[in-house]
Amino acid sequence: MVDKILDDLNRRIVLATQAGLPLVPEPYQQLARELDITADEVMQRMQRMLESGIIRRIGAVPNHYTLGFRGNGMSVWDVPDEQVKRCGRLIGDLDFVSHAYHRPRHLPRWRYNLFAMVHGRDRAEVEQKVDTIAVLLGEHNRAHETLFSKRILKKTGLRFKGER
Amino acid sequence: MAVESHIVELLLPPVEPVAGQGATAGLTPLEKRLLDEFQNNFPLSPTPFAEMAQCLGTSEEQVLYLLEGLQERGFISRVGPVFKPRQIGASTLAAVSVPAYKLDNIAAYINAFDEVNHNYERDHRLNLWFVITTPDQERLEQVLAEIENYTGLPVMSLPLVKSFHIDLGFSLWC
Repeated sequence: MVDKILDDLNRRIVLATQAGLPLVPEPYQQLARELDITADEVMQRMQRMLESGIIRRIGAVPNHYTLGFRGNGMSVWDVPDEQVKRCGRLIGDLDFVSHAYHRPRHLPRWRYNLFAMVHGRDRAEVEQKVDTIAVLLGEHNRAHETLFSKRILKKTGLRFKGER
Repeated sequence: MAVESHIVELLLPPVEPVAGQGATAGLTPLEKRLLDEFQNNFPLSPTPFAEMAQCLGTSEEQVLYLLEGLQERGFISRVGPVFKPRQIGASTLAAVSVPAYKLDNIAAYINAFDEVNHNYERDHRLNLWFVITTPDQERLEQVLAEIENYTGLPVMSLPLVKSFHIDLGFSLWC
């Protein structure tokens, strides 16, 4: 993949917005004052970062845990290697899956090559959704498991660092 | 190489349990619409909250008030851009099978690495799962080796091959 190098102004915009936009009637205007540029420039830069994929989306960032999504499981699937792309796309399109990844197998310890993070209000709902995936994959699903999280031991947000 | 983008909002320490259908029972219909319709497409215009208000049939003042309230109650962490993890450097999802009595000690050792951003205990024979992100592959191998050395346990490394999901937020009330 192509590395997206942030120029200095983009980096300053990222730093100024990564903790959220100010909840004021004209948030871009407020940012512009802080950054000593115009509001139009802030919006244009953000629009371009959105188009190039540096920004995935702009909006309310829900805290799913507080919202009641207490069940989440890492479902792992063993599908034929030549089907992994097709299966990955099928899974990635499901609205209860937040992440779907192809990862290497690690035989004989680990036979699974497809990972999907599944979310639900509780464990039972997650299991039900995992069953939905199993049906969707049909014969391509040679085996699967769901790993529920017991404890979070460390969580550091991926943040762009200011100094670099 | 792509950098792991892992769930961060979803695995938080337990908070006060809320009765009913999860905490969402405490949300008004307008708050639910705000959350459902504006995880994406927040307007890039001079007065974005006024535009949202127009879509929702309410006032700018009300939208700002509701968003502040959602944030205070912890239902949203912020309103703003969600950035794609930087695609520079190397990363992997690693797993290790740790005996229960050693778990806290080994978890603390692993967590002490700045390169480890996430570490979860999972309900599985492979019970420790963590993400390592480094500036280059060499450092990644070094961190893996150091962890193997310290623990005396094999660490399974599962670097991302391909990601299939485009994160546009997800439906909360489907």
